[in-house]
Amino acid sequence: MRNRLTPYLFVSPAMLLLITFGIFPIFVAAVISTTNMNISAFANWNNVKFIGVDNYTKLFADPDFWQAIGNTGLFAVFGVPAIVLLSLGVALLLNHSRSWFFRALRAFYFIPAITAIVAISLVWGYLYNTQFGLLNYLLSLVGVPQVQWLSDPTLAKFSVALVAVWRGTGLNIIIFLAALQGVPKEYLEAASIDGAGEWKKTFSIVIPLLRFAIFFVSVTTTISWLQFFDEPFVLTDGGPLGATTSASIFLYKEGFRLNQFGYASAGSIVLFAIIAVITLIQLRLRRADDDY
Amino acid sequence: MTTDRTHARRRRTLTVTIGVALGIGALITAFPFLWMLGTAFKPQRESVTFPPTIVPQAPTLEWFNTLFTELDFGRYLINTVLVVLIGFVGLLLMAMAGYAFAKFDFRGRKWMFFLVLATMMIPIQVTMIPTYLILNGMKLTNTLVGIALPTLVSGFSIFLFRQFMTTIPTEMLEAARLDGAGEFRTFWQIVLPMSKPILAVQVVLTFISGWNSFLWPLIIASDQKLYTLSVGLALLNQQLAVNPSLQMAAASVMVIPILIVFIVFQRYVIQGFALSGLK
Repeated sequence: MRNRLTPYLFVSPAMLLLITFGIFPIFVAAVISTTNMNISAFANWNNVKFIGVDNYTKLFADPDFWQAIGNTGLFAVFGVPAIVLLSLGVALLLNHSRSWFFRALRAFYFIPAITAIVAISLVWGYLYNTQFGLLNYLLSLVGVPQVQWLSDPTLAKFSVALVAVWRGTGLNIIIFLAALQGVPKEYLEAASIDGAGEWKKTFSIVIPLLRFAIFFVSVTTTISWLQFFDEPFVLTDGGPLGATTSASIFLYKEGFRLNQFGYASAGSIVLFAIIAVITLIQLRLRRADDDY
Repeated sequence: MTTDRTHARRRRTLTVTIGVALGIGALITAFPFLWMLGTAFKPQRESVTFPPTIVPQAPTLEWFNTLFTELDFGRYLINTVLVVLIGFVGLLLMAMAGYAFAKFDFRGRKWMFFLVLATMMIPIQVTMIPTYLILNGMKLTNTLVGIALPTLVSGFSIFLFRQFMTTIPTEMLEAARLDGAGEFRTFWQIVLPMSKPILAVQVVLTFISGWNSFLWPLIIASDQKLYTLSVGLALLNQQLAVNPSLQMAAASVMVIPILIVFIVFQRYVIQGFALSGLK
C-alpha cells in the first residue's frame, strides 16, 4: 500500500538543500545588510552591530558602486542583442540542411559554452597579450599598431564582453535549434508551393513561430549579463581603473577581499532587486505581446 | 522541368554557400582551443616569440610533466573528480524530488514547487555571502563537501525532471506496486530507466558544471590540498608573462575531458533540450 510519507521521503533531501542554500540565504543577506558585519564577527559575534540602512546610504553614495552598475548596464545593453541575434542567426543557418556536415558543425559552436571559463580566459588572455599575443600579430600584418586589448579602459570592456559573447552563444544555439524542430514542415512546404523564397519563409513563418524561444533566450541572457562575473574576474580582475568591474565583481571584492559582509550584502540585495524588476518588466512586455 | 532544375541548382548553391560560411565561423569559434592545444606543446621560448608560430616547431610534453610532478595538478584532478561525484549524489536527490512532484499528490506540493521555481530567479551574488557564512557555521569551509554543497541541487534540474517524469504512464507504476515492488524499487527500476533521456542530459550537465565550477572552490578552499583544477589554473594566471606554454597545458587538462564527454553525449544534450527545455 502507498504510504502517505513516501512523497516526503522523495522530496525532502533536495528540498532541504534547496531551502538551506537557495532560499534561507536571501533572508540572511537581508538581515546582514542591516549590520556592520565584517571579518571581526568570526572572532567575536558581539562585534556585529545593527546599523539600519547605513549600508544602503553608503552604497548609493559610493562612486565605485555606480560605476559597477553602469558597466553592468552597458554590458547588458550591447551584450543581449549581440548574443540573441548571433545565436539565432547561426541556428537558422545550421538548420538549413540536415546533412552530416551541418550536424558536425554544431559541435564547434557549442564547445565554448561548456568549457571551463578559467581555461578559456587564460587562452583569451594569451591571444590578447600585447607583446606576443596572436591578435596583435595578425593586426600588425595589416599595419595596425599594437592594441592594448585589456589595459585600455574602453577597449577592455569590449575585450571581456567579446569572450562572453563567444561563450554565451552555444547554449542559446541549442535552444533555438530545439525550437526550430517544432516548426511544422507543412507550413514551409505550403509556402514553397505558393512561391515563397528562403528569406520570405524565414521572416514570415519561422521567426514568428520562434517568438517564445526568442523571448526565453532574451530573458535568460539578460539575467546572465546582469550577473556577469567570470570573464572580467579572470581576464582583468575588474580593471583597468574599474572599467570592467561588473556589479558581481564589485560585490565579490567587497565581500571576500575586503570582508565587508554587511556592505556587500546590501549591494547584493540591490542587485537582486534590479534583476527582479527587469525580469518582471520583460514578462509584462511578453504578456502585452500575447494579446495580439 | 528546366525551372525545377534551376531551382534545385540554386538551392544547392545556397546550401554550399551557407555551409562554407558556417565552416569558417566554426573554425573561428574553435580557434582559441586549437591555439591552446598547439601552445601546450611548444617550448617556452617558442610560445613568447613574435611572430608566433602556428604549429609547434619542436613539440614537447615537458609542461604536462611539470603540471603533474612539480605542481600539484594530480591532486587537483582527484579533487575535481570527487566534486563531480558528489554532484551525482545531488542529481539522484533531484531526480527523486522531480518524481515526487510529478507523480504524487501531497500536502505542500504547491508551495514547495513554487520554492523550486523561485530559486531559479535568485542570482548567486545574493546567496554567496550568506552561504559562505552558513557553511562556515557548519564547519564545512575548507572541505570538498563544502565546495559541492551550495550547487548540489538546482531548481532548474528539479523542474526538468518533473516535466519529463509527468509523461511516465501512472499505470506502469501501479503495475509495479501491485507486483509488490517497494516505492524506492519502483523509482530505481522503473522511473529512472524510463527517464533515461532526461537523465543523460542531466548527467552530462552535472559533470560539466561540477568539473568547471570555479566560484565555490575559490571561496571555500583556502587549503591548497583542496584546490580543484579550476582554482589551480587560476593561480597560474600570474604566469602569463613568464610561461604561456605551461598555462595552455594546464588549460588543456581542464578542457579535453569536457570535449570528450561532449562529443560522446552531444546527441543527448540536444535531444534533452528539445524534450523538456521549452515546453
